[in-house]
Amino acid sequence: MVVCCCLGRTATWVSYQLKIHAQKYMRSPLIPEMATQEVQLNETLAHLKSESESLKSKLEEERAKLHDVELHQVAEKVEGLGQFVMKTRRTLKGHGNKVLCMDWCKDKRRIVSSSQDGKVIVWDAFTTNKEHAVTMPCTWVMACAYAPSGCAVACGGLDNKCSVYPLSLDKNENLAAKKKSVAMHTNYLSACSFTNSDMQILTSSGDGTCALWDVESGQLLQSFHGHAADVLCLDLAPSETGNTFVSGGCDKKANVWDMRSGQCIQSFETHESDINSVRYYPSGDAFASGSDDATCRLYDLRADREVAIYSKESIIFGVSSVDFSLSGRLLFGGYNDYTINVWDVLKGTRVSILFGHENRVSTLRVSPDGTAFSTGSWDHTLRIWA
Amino acid sequence: MTINTLAKGGWHREQMTCFQKMEKVIVAMQDPDMGMKMRNQRLLITVIPHAMTGKDIIDWLMQNYNINEEESLHLGGFLVQYGYIYPLKEPRCLVLRPDESPYRFQTPYFWTSTRWPVSELDYAIFLAKKNIRKQGELMEYEKERYSVLHKRINHTWDFVVMQAREQLRASKQRRKADRIVTECQEQAYWLINRPPWPLNAMICCSNTIILSVRAYVLMCRFVKYSEQYQNHDPIMQGCLPSNPWISDDTAHWTMNAALVPIPTRLRVERWSFSFMELLSDAMGRQEFMMYLEKEFSAENLCFWQACEEIRHGESSKIVEKVEEIYKNFLAPGAARWVNIDSKTMDKTLEGIKHPHRFVMDDAQMHIYFLMKKDSYPRYLKSDLYKSMLSKAIVPQETKKSVFPFVRRQRHSSPSPAQAAEDSRSKGPQAGSD
Repeated sequence: MVVCCCLGRTATWVSYQLKIHAQKYMRSPLIPEMATQEVQLNETLAHLKSESESLKSKLEEERAKLHDVELHQVAEKVEGLGQFVMKTRRTLKGHGNKVLCMDWCKDKRRIVSSSQDGKVIVWDAFTTNKEHAVTMPCTWVMACAYAPSGCAVACGGLDNKCSVYPLSLDKNENLAAKKKSVAMHTNYLSACSFTNSDMQILTSSGDGTCALWDVESGQLLQSFHGHAADVLCLDLAPSETGNTFVSGGCDKKANVWDMRSGQCIQSFETHESDINSVRYYPSGDAFASGSDDATCRLYDLRADREVAIYSKESIIFGVSSVDFSLSGRLLFGGYNDYTINVWDVLKGTRVSILFGHENRVSTLRVSPDGTAFSTGSWDHTLRIWA
Repeated sequence: MTINTLAKGGWHREQMTCFQKMEKVIVAMQDPDMGMKMRNQRLLITVIPHAMTGKDIIDWLMQNYNINEEESLHLGGFLVQYGYIYPLKEPRCLVLRPDESPYRFQTPYFWTSTRWPVSELDYAIFLAKKNIRKQGELMEYEKERYSVLHKRINHTWDFVVMQAREQLRASKQRRKADRIVTECQEQAYWLINRPPWPLNAMICCSNTIILSVRAYVLMCRFVKYSEQYQNHDPIMQGCLPSNPWISDDTAHWTMNAALVPIPTRLRVERWSFSFMELLSDAMGRQEFMMYLEKEFSAENLCFWQACEEIRHGESSKIVEKVEEIYKNFLAPGAARWVNIDSKTMDKTLEGIKHPHRFVMDDAQMHIYFLMKKDSYPRYLKSDLYKSMLSKAIVPQETKKSVFPFVRRQRHSSPSPAQAAEDSRSKGPQAGSD
């Protein structure tokens, strides 16, 4: 087991090298004198590729040697869950197009949501009143986040940027006027999150990187390279020495990063397709992922491997978004088949299926005090469930 | 125990029962009246107290359990194999010899059952200590594990080295005899729990069982966590007096606001789950500060908070904040001087010359763990906490409305942005609302 970590990281490094080579050389114009260079480069690429493959199979070999116990086996003695009755308690209507992302405010009742039509709306979900609205200069606002203080929101998407809007209560003031451009990527922004304060933002992008930014100055504090394709999601670890986060990408990998050094400290590759969502288990030493392969998986950071798969033959469509209930016993997944599946994290069984949305569920978050969870959908609405 | 029980992780339960039985034997052996006669053993020129010979152990077992020598040797062998008794002469050879070879009882602190599961961090600290003491002369398997750990938990490596140095420094201040004893105890513990199996030879049955047990124990954490937090999970257990989203009544939020005169019982209970829970709750932090003030160690929490502000604050304010911290907490004769070990202090002071966001990390971690291991457990046992727990509210569950079809009015709440704006416009004279 101790070998796996080294192999895993070496495999990551080799993949990264592959990607760099590809980027550098595969797009340059073909000039006669470069023909021989091209042949040599192709050989290097082939060599790196085979090295990467052999490392991967060695990794699997080592991991398989361990006679590992699955989570559901351990949980056999745990009492099963009864029937869950969860209903839509609020429906938030106001977006003119697909809702792509949402986030809760720390006050447990406010929400920010963003949509394909370029609108970002702040709601008091309890009363369903809209409190603020911003029109972004781009469409497809794929990421939004509420600041810990509740005084600002961050959002971005096809503009390749992440901007912070301080929330002003002056009805006459145009929020867009005070906008602050913080992050700059070379491709679309897929996710953003404030760290423990309003002063730093973590972003992930279609350019394959994640980055940490200082809000005040817009300065790049740290960048994280290692994914071989678009990074689609990220989540910050709830730890007492708090310095790590996990990201998931189109390369089917989930990577755990050290925020201080920029290093990838752990990597997991068991999904069969793009990872759309990652979320830490409340204790911080595991995380769940949801993927286009229609499964959710649980990865234990200490055991350094996947310990549970949440799937059913009847579930065919991909998972767009996952989150845990407060105790970590339930895992909620929003699916592309318009439903929400509720899983028993310990036993691996599906507890409940919720209907209501009329199109894909694109985003799902449990409220900060665990009293409800919210979903956003391509049907233009958001729903609060409890 | 059948194959079925083994597959279901029953081995763990069985193992724990064995440990309990072994511990009974050990305790009997140390009984002041009926237990073993201890003597001083000479190890080269140092005299180690409370040691016994292999022959003594076998004789005692024979007499007290009415068994023959062969059986006694067999039983005694297990006590050594599981780390309850360790040899002084050849520590890596976990065998009971029926002769004058000296043995000692392992201290309960290091019993396998007490410290299960084994902590990676502790192992890293142990290897770091050994590395420093022996100036790199670790065994091959220890060197391998050291470098693997170094990569895996690299983000806390400074803490590991700092702890190792601190523990070595503390041990130097003890008497040589005591120091040798503690080193032997620790070495024995790690020989049992991190045996030198070659990494590739994971073939034999006992190895895979150990690994399975380890994996099993790791999985148990999830069960334990979910059980502990189950009552606090509103979606699973409901919440009192009612879930605001279902009843339209915000009483639950009002009762659990950041700062209230009397908190709810569930909330106060949660402070005892972990130090992080206590600190992340504004009220918990306030209570803890009051406790520390009584103990004259409030500067620790203030220092920790100030360090947090640097880590998460504006880049432009780092320099001035570091200055403030130095002035208030680190400078010689500072008003709220914090007690950090000299190595960390030196490193921090050196770093302050070129301040950056993470310059306080080592010192902050040192103080955090100091509070966690020392002040926090005492706070939980204190009258301050106990009285808070006893007067905490358990809200009455709201009876379902007589007229369920009439929807309650949903009250709006002040936006956090509004609160921030208000306090800004009122100016510095305003107290915290």
